[in-house]
Amino acid sequence: MSLGTSDTLVYLIAIPLFSSAFLLLGGRALDRVGHLIGTAASASSFVVALIELNKMLGRDAESRGVTQHLFTWINVGSFQIDATLLLDQLSICFVLLITGVGTLIHIYSISYMAHDIDRRRFFAFLNLFIAAMLLLVLGNSYLNLYVGWEGVGLASYLLIGFWNQKPTYATAAKKAFVANRVGDVGLSLAVMIAFVQFGAVTFDGVAKGIEAGSASSTALNAMGAAILLAAVGKSAQFPLQAWLGDAMAGPTPVSALIHAATMVTAGVYLISRSNFVFDNAPTAQLLVVIVGAVTLLFGAVIGMAKDDIKKALAASTMSQIGYMILATGLGPAGYAFAMMHLLTHGFFKAGMFLGAGSVMHGMNDEVDMRKYGALRKVMPITFATFGLGYLAIIGIPPFAGFYSKDKIIETAFNAGGSKGIILGCVTLLGAAITAFYMTRVMLMTFFGTKRWDSAAHPHESPWLMTVPMILLSIGSITTGFIFSNGDRLKNFLAPVVDKHHHEHETELLAPIVVTGLAMFAVAIGISIALAKYSRKTIPASAPTDVTVWTKIARRDLLQDDFNETVFMRPGQSLTRVLAFLDKRVVDGAVSGVGAMTLRLAGDLRKTQTGYVRSYALLILLGTVAILAAILVVTV
Amino acid sequence: MNPMNYIYLSCILFSLGAAGVLLRRNAIVVFMCIELMLNAANLAFVTFSRMNGTLDGQIVAFFTMVVAACEVVVGLAIIVTIYRSRRSASVDDARLLRL
Repeated sequence: MSLGTSDTLVYLIAIPLFSSAFLLLGGRALDRVGHLIGTAASASSFVVALIELNKMLGRDAESRGVTQHLFTWINVGSFQIDATLLLDQLSICFVLLITGVGTLIHIYSISYMAHDIDRRRFFAFLNLFIAAMLLLVLGNSYLNLYVGWEGVGLASYLLIGFWNQKPTYATAAKKAFVANRVGDVGLSLAVMIAFVQFGAVTFDGVAKGIEAGSASSTALNAMGAAILLAAVGKSAQFPLQAWLGDAMAGPTPVSALIHAATMVTAGVYLISRSNFVFDNAPTAQLLVVIVGAVTLLFGAVIGMAKDDIKKALAASTMSQIGYMILATGLGPAGYAFAMMHLLTHGFFKAGMFLGAGSVMHGMNDEVDMRKYGALRKVMPITFATFGLGYLAIIGIPPFAGFYSKDKIIETAFNAGGSKGIILGCVTLLGAAITAFYMTRVMLMTFFGTKRWDSAAHPHESPWLMTVPMILLSIGSITTGFIFSNGDRLKNFLAPVVDKHHHEHETELLAPIVVTGLAMFAVAIGISIALAKYSRKTIPASAPTDVTVWTKIARRDLLQDDFNETVFMRPGQSLTRVLAFLDKRVVDGAVSGVGAMTLRLAGDLRKTQTGYVRSYALLILLGTVAILAAILVVTV
Repeated sequence: MNPMNYIYLSCILFSLGAAGVLLRRNAIVVFMCIELMLNAANLAFVTFSRMNGTLDGQIVAFFTMVVAACEVVVGLAIIVTIYRSRRSASVDDARLLRL
């Protein structure tokens, strides 16, 4: 694949980055226009992305990738790292999703954050988030990606803790940051392995090194595992998933941005981008599949038990990203479908989060679904857009989620052997549970009887909020068909993720059978939810006489308890021991030497009498001693 | 005459001088005892020069005399100054240089 060059890539990142800096440094003077500048920056970036897409489609498939050399970053002897941007078929999908959905979220936030005194700062952080994420997907090496990766971590920290006057929110931000740091260790390990094994950190260099066979399979598996650890942290996958639920502390548009356009998709990007590593590292690839499968069920189970609408959606994100990770673990056949699900998910999940924000906006920031009910009449647009997103996520044809999820289930079944059957069943089970908990969310929020607080006066949101929701719901309807019609997205991505044109001829089940099974699973999920939540009235507080399993699911499957017992408590004990050792042993040695010197000096001082004659005597004795010593040595 | 006798004399003079420096309190006397030690050393130098048949020792003796002359100047000046400020030439009285 030959790469052209382009001079305009840098604008994609530079515009939101400068806007962010400008808004932060501009101070209160920009309060009136800050949101407009921020939105304009994101929109301009989107326009640049569209122009780039247009240029890219004008070239033939093998030479669509373009690079832009910015500057030489590190230059030590023969070792050189350039800050170079790379825009190929894989990056452009992300760039369009990030800037497109990001811009809609910006527009939505203008109205959602209208009464917040810090709206300018909020938009500055949103821009920073967009810029960091763009750098992440545009870097041409693992090291450039790392910069964006950390930038995303910082921006998410700032935004999750945006209302940091509330200590629990600040803690949630810290938790997200720490969980991400654990993953970052993986990424830095991957960079080191790449450097040691191939002497290069660019994607191109590593891919060529692997092709030349300059790394052992152990090294490749280790690198794959390190990359997976990074992806697990950023994409909130098992076992580093605990931060995602708490990240709901941020304003709702932030949740939409984190869950749909940025942040959690970074892990999927990293694995897809590293396809050359995983295709040659079967053990690491198997790990990816396992992580995906576990998380997909994990998130779905948590989603069933949540009464907080945002947390239910967060659990569903975890589960849907699990689908994507699982698909990336299925090798060349899966990358394109992972990407397709990522893009369709970007639309419907952003739409649903904005819908949830719209509901909260109308209900005095109430998030408990038990206090909703019958909102479809008072919020018709929110209901319609959320409903379309709902139909898309559970995979009803012809909505977007149907195409992408169906393909993933199909690919899972075709993975071959018992692995294929297990994965297929897991994805089907996930689809059924997804249908169940999303139906539950719909029923509890928009149907049934009113369970509002007396102070609540729900109303439809202003047009600045509903227009982005409508646009995203159009995406939820159409994108699936557009991408999958004639395998358009798969063929588009093939030069990047499927260079050797693997053909999977082995089909365990015919596509139509898989679709039938998936529909059946979804139907079961919906009917159980209907039976449980539409006949009976929903109690105003969560029932307490439930099985132990429900209790565990409500506690996020004990993920926090697990982390607390296994990592936090021993960690605290360890720090206590270390602090004690530091104080007593290290500090003791240092100040002990000082104290000893002082005492010795105090004793020796007494020999300084001031009598000249005693000094003279000492000099004489010293001289005699030296002479005697010389005499003894020489004779 | 056996040159070793001069060495013995030199040793005796040096010991006398050293004892004087350590035992006497009067700065002038201490000073004279230092001169005695220097001259005892001179005597030893000259004797060795004689015994070895070279002139090295005699030359060193001249150097010592020059050093002694300079020392007399500085030393007497210090003694006079101390006497002026304290009305005493006892070395034990001037013991402010201590902690």
